[in-house]
Amino acid sequence: MRVRGWGPCWPSCWAGAALAVAIVIVLAGPISGFFGLYGLSFAAFAGALIACFLIFRLARLTGGFSVTYMLLTGIAINALAGAGVGVLTFLSDDQQLRTLTFWTMGSLGGALWPSVIVVSTIVIPASIILIRNARELNVLLLGENEAKYLGVDAERLKRTIVICTALSVGAAISVSGIIGFVGLVVPHLIRLTLGPDHRLLIPASALLGAILLLLADTLARTVVAPAEMPVGVLTSLIGGPFFLWLLIKQYSGRFGL
Amino acid sequence: MIDAENITYVIGGKHILANVHASFEAGRITAILGPNGAGKSTLLKCLTGAINPTEGRVLIDGRELGEYTLDELARCRAVLSQATPISFPFTAHEIVAMGRNPYSNNESVARNSHIADEALKLVDAWHLRDRSFPTLSGGEQQRIQFARVITQIWETDGASLLLDEPTSALDLKHQHQLLDLVRDLCTARRLTVIIVMHDLNLAYHCTDNCYFIKEGRIEGGGASRDLLTPKKIAEIFDLPEKYAAQRFGVSLPG
Repeated sequence: MRVRGWGPCWPSCWAGAALAVAIVIVLAGPISGFFGLYGLSFAAFAGALIACFLIFRLARLTGGFSVTYMLLTGIAINALAGAGVGVLTFLSDDQQLRTLTFWTMGSLGGALWPSVIVVSTIVIPASIILIRNARELNVLLLGENEAKYLGVDAERLKRTIVICTALSVGAAISVSGIIGFVGLVVPHLIRLTLGPDHRLLIPASALLGAILLLLADTLARTVVAPAEMPVGVLTSLIGGPFFLWLLIKQYSGRFGL
Repeated sequence: MIDAENITYVIGGKHILANVHASFEAGRITAILGPNGAGKSTLLKCLTGAINPTEGRVLIDGRELGEYTLDELARCRAVLSQATPISFPFTAHEIVAMGRNPYSNNESVARNSHIADEALKLVDAWHLRDRSFPTLSGGEQQRIQFARVITQIWETDGASLLLDEPTSALDLKHQHQLLDLVRDLCTARRLTVIIVMHDLNLAYHCTDNCYFIKEGRIEGGGASRDLLTPKKIAEIFDLPEKYAAQRFGVSLPG
C-alpha cells in the first residue's frame, strides 16, 4: 500500500466518528462535564478508527490497495454511517435533534475552556507523536519495501499514524462537530508551497489549519450578524470549490493525492 | 557474504523458485541472469526478506536473515529495487539523504546531508541536486535512487549491496559509470554485490560470478567469463545457437 492510499480513508473516518457521536448524543442522554466530553471524544475516536480499520480490512480482502477500490468502499461506508445518523435523527427528541443538527454542521460556538482543555490533552500529545514520526513518514513515501530496507517498521508506523490521527480527529470533532475541508485543503496547500517534507508539513498544517479556521469562524459570526452561521457550512462553501480546483490542478499536474 | 539455502517459493500452487542454492561472496560482484519471468526478482526479494520463501533460508554472514532487526539490516545492507514511482515533489537531494535514515540518530543532519552531496557527485547528478524528483527522466531517477542506496552503506565495510536491474534506464556512459562505481566500492569496502541484470555483455565485462535462472531453477553458476558462452546462452534463452554465436561470439569466447 502506498501512503497516498490513505487519502480516501479520511472522509469515512469522519463519517464513522459522526455516527459514533450521534449514538452517544441520542442514546446516552445529556452530556455534561469533563467526563462527558472525554466520552464523546473517545466515541468519535473509536468511530473514526473502526471506519478506517474496516476500509483497510476490505481493501486487504482484494489483496491490493487500489485507490479507486478504497474510494468506493469509502462511499459505501459513508452511506451506511449516514443512514445510521439518519435513523438516530429519526429517533431523537427535539433537544437531541437540535444538538445533532448543529453538530453535523459544525461550529466553534460551544468553545468553552473545559472543551479546550479536553481537546488539547489529546491533540497535543498525539501531534507530538506524529511530528516525531515525520522523518520516517517521508521514508515511507519511497515505498513500503524501500522503507523497510531503510530500517523503518512500516506496519508499526502506519498503526501509530492511524491511531494518533483518529485520536486527534475524534477529539477535535467531538467538540466542534464536522467542519469540512480544512483538513483536506490545508495539507495540499502547504505541500504546494513548502514541499512534501512531513517534518514541516505536519506542524505547518496544524498552524495554518488553526489560522484558517479562526478566520472562517470570525467571518461566520459577522457576515450575517446578528445571526451566526455555522462555520462548517462556510468552510464547505469555500472549501468545496477550492478542493475541486486543487483536484483539477493535481490531475493535470503531478501531485499525488 | 550471502547464502541462499534450498529456497523454494510457491504461490498459487506454482513454483516460482524451486530448491535454489546460491552463494554470494564478499568482495565479488555476482550477477543473476535469466529470461523474463524466470524468478530473478523473486529470488532477490527472498534474499532481501521482502518476501518469505516457502522453504529454505537465507544467511547473511552466517546468520539467518530473520535474526537481524530491521535496523541492523539497514546498516549492513542496501537494496535498489526496480523503479518505483514517487509522486511527491521531494528534491533529488532529499531523496538521497533518506538513505541516511538508519543513522539519523547518531550522525548530525549536516554530516548526513554532506554524504548525500558526495553520493550525488559520484553518480554524476550534482546538477540535479535541487530538482524535483518526479520531474526527472527515468535514467536520472535511477541514478538518484542509486545514490540514495550507496549513502546507506557509505562507511560500512563488508556490507551487501543488492541491485535489481540498476542500469535498465541508463545510457551507455552512465551504465559504465555506475558499474565502475559498484566495482570500486566492492573492492574498497569488500561489499557483497548481487545484481539482477539483462544485459549479458555488461554481465560478462562487469561481474565476477553469475548464476543462470530458468523456470525457477538454478541452471549453472560460476565465473562469468567461463559461464557466458554462446552455447550456454542459447540453451538458457532458447535461442538458435547460430544467433547466439553471432550476437555474443565476438565479445565472448567460445
